[in-house]
Amino acid sequence: MFTYWHYVYRADDDLEMTMVCHRPEGLDQLEAQTNFSKRELQVLYRGFKNECPSGIVNEETFKQIYSQFFPHGDASTYAHFLFNAFDSAHTGSIKFEDFVTALSILLRGSVTEKLQWTFNLYDINRDGYINKEEMTDIVRAIYDMMGKYTYPVLKNDAPKQHVEAFFQKMDKNRDGVVTLDEFILSCQEDENIMRSLQLFENVI
Amino acid sequence: MAAGVATWLPFARAAAVGWLPLAKKTMPKPPVDNSSKSDEILYVNVSGVRFQTWKNTLDRYPETLLGSSEKEFFYNEDTQEYFFDRDPEMFRHILNFYRTGKLHYPRNECIQAFDEELAFYGIVPEIIGDCCMEEYRDRKKENQERLAEDTEANEGMDAPLPPHSTSRERLWRAFENPHTSTMALVFYYVTGFFIAVSVIANVVETVPCRPRKGSVKDLPCGEKYQLAFFCMDTACVLIFTFEYLMRLFAAPSRCKFMRSVMSVIDVVAIMPYYIGLVMPENEDVSGAFVTLRVFRVFRIFKFSRHSQGLRILGYTLKSCASELGFLLFSLTMAIIIFATVMFYAEKGTAGSTFTSIPASFWYTIVTMTTLGYGDMVPNTIAGKIFGSICSLSGVLVIALPVPVIVSNFSRIYHQNQRADKMRAQQKVRLARIRMAKKGTANAFLQYKEDRSLGDRDSDTTALCVKNRSAFEHQHHHLLHCLEKTTNHEFTNEMTYSELCMTESVGYRTSRSTSLSSQQGAQNNSTGCCPRRARRRAAMRLANSTVSVSRGSVQELDTLHIKTTSIPPQTRSSLNAQTGDLKLNCGEQDFTAAIISIPTPPANTPDESLPPSPAPIPGILRNTRATAYTHDTVKISSL
Repeated sequence: MFTYWHYVYRADDDLEMTMVCHRPEGLDQLEAQTNFSKRELQVLYRGFKNECPSGIVNEETFKQIYSQFFPHGDASTYAHFLFNAFDSAHTGSIKFEDFVTALSILLRGSVTEKLQWTFNLYDINRDGYINKEEMTDIVRAIYDMMGKYTYPVLKNDAPKQHVEAFFQKMDKNRDGVVTLDEFILSCQEDENIMRSLQLFENVI
Repeated sequence: MAAGVATWLPFARAAAVGWLPLAKKTMPKPPVDNSSKSDEILYVNVSGVRFQTWKNTLDRYPETLLGSSEKEFFYNEDTQEYFFDRDPEMFRHILNFYRTGKLHYPRNECIQAFDEELAFYGIVPEIIGDCCMEEYRDRKKENQERLAEDTEANEGMDAPLPPHSTSRERLWRAFENPHTSTMALVFYYVTGFFIAVSVIANVVETVPCRPRKGSVKDLPCGEKYQLAFFCMDTACVLIFTFEYLMRLFAAPSRCKFMRSVMSVIDVVAIMPYYIGLVMPENEDVSGAFVTLRVFRVFRIFKFSRHSQGLRILGYTLKSCASELGFLLFSLTMAIIIFATVMFYAEKGTAGSTFTSIPASFWYTIVTMTTLGYGDMVPNTIAGKIFGSICSLSGVLVIALPVPVIVSNFSRIYHQNQRADKMRAQQKVRLARIRMAKKGTANAFLQYKEDRSLGDRDSDTTALCVKNRSAFEHQHHHLLHCLEKTTNHEFTNEMTYSELCMTESVGYRTSRSTSLSSQQGAQNNSTGCCPRRARRRAAMRLANSTVSVSRGSVQELDTLHIKTTSIPPQTRSSLNAQTGDLKLNCGEQDFTAAIISIPTPPANTPDESLPPSPAPIPGILRNTRATAYTHDTVKISSL
């Protein structure tokens, strides 16, 4: 009996939340701000609105959606970092503008812009430097997505080794942190990265 | 995957840019997206009602009729639309499913018509959304029960016997369905009559008859006409015994029959007579003998074979047992409280009938149920006060809420049943979701081996490519990128448990090439999979950078395992027929220490061997089916 009343109260709270709605700016403005054509924006928005009729995505929903793509492991930690990277204004929810701006950078942006976005993703506390702890968190989150059943078997210090290798490459002046310039410079020197960056342009 | 999730895939793929600086290798090439023409509107005409929708909407579920190429069969060239001669009302719900990802069950529609429509459009009913699932299941169960009843009623009674049934089967059938033959009916009525006779005799036996000549006291008829009653009893018991033995003989499963309720009642009904026969006419034992005669009243329960209503009542009581128990428990609490209070209140008075607390129970019960026999009455003022409180509360506790309790129990009972049903369904659903997740995982593994196959054989590649949707291609590309980033690969549970097992056992160095290590590998404790052993045989040793000693457990990270983009051949070899096996040994993609176990040493961990490889091809081969269920189930989990 008690649990029944508890649910009634909770349901009331939830009802109020869903009344919040968001509408994006006009199509023309978005077209000007991003590198997408009107048609592409239309297709993107239709899909977005279908999934989130209220116009915003909160972190829980985002985590759920992202986890669908990685059924083997646990994608929630990485989804959390990704969410923060998308939600540049730190409002706690992603609106369509955020969504489209980030996609525009990732798919149609210049190399520098893409690398800058990636730097922001790694720099969890947004202080302009990537230190080893932040990188370890990110790498561990990525490894979590692989799940348990991998070949070769995942060792506990694999993320740490990966981070060491990363810092070897990126940290030019060996001060223990990677700045944006170091990062961009090192990535531009690496052919693999440059080549891979071009692969993702035809995603839409 | 669910429709909406497909929308987010481009976004997830774009976010993969974040992995690039971490990856040590180049990312694989993305699949070519040929179907990138702009979205068009399709016209679907269902019995004259025209529906329009985006092509993308229908493409979300490629395993249904509208999402696959099957709809081309219904395309009308003249009117440039797809024509279906089906119910337009139902089609509305079907189309909504494509749009929203949730299938709803319209409550005013017949469940069978709805099921037929779903079957036509290739949609599995399991994906009905949570909001409508309960209603759907209830209606479906009702329908099935009704159908079952009808068929049972038709078949059970009048169906002719199968021609070659033994006499035993015929006898059993005669007992269970007395309407099948005249003899059975006669027997049915005869036993019924004798049950009634027996019960009446038991009752009449105790009625006082006029005494014999010369004595004053009234005798119970049982003693006056002792012989007559004895003969009647004997006759009844003989008939019952005969019936029981015949049933026992005819029963298809004797143990089950002996455990059944009716059989127990039968035995209890006839045992007192036999016990009475063998027991001597002794004063000491006659008390027990009298008790036994009480059990003869159980014969009345034999009527439940003859009455459907009695059976239903018994079943209802049995199923309401928990609610009744709760009622009894709360009553007991109240009784104990009041009895204690009354006892202590009346303790002082002389000649009080409240001699103990259990004695007071009787007073409490009689008062609370407002019977008020008056055999126990409080005398003290305190006793009277508490006595009145007791009777008032009795009225409240018992009389008023009884209707409420009854209806509550009925509601709680149904709710409980529904909760249990939902819990069971939840378990089933979770299991299905887990299986579907495994389905995606396996789909990816299948994709990988198809690619590895495809490197050698372009025909099969083309075939496999055609069977997959663009969405799947892109999703697999995404997973491939993740593999490249972390430098590890996805495997399935079995390979993983093997790897775990092999890495914890001692190594053995061997400079030899595949042949000798193959021999060694044949003593493998995982010899259930000879192909896998052959794979390991194909691995060659790393050279002297690794030093391993026999019997010592080495850490894996000192080994250099260089993998190329081709995954271990075993999976492809498992699926492919024998012809491909020879190709595997030639490839030397692996440079690693040999993981061969000569004999299972004593310190093997207690891991159970992976099951035989037989199921594995099944899992991998059935990715279409599991991917399909995965698609459909994902919706409800969102």
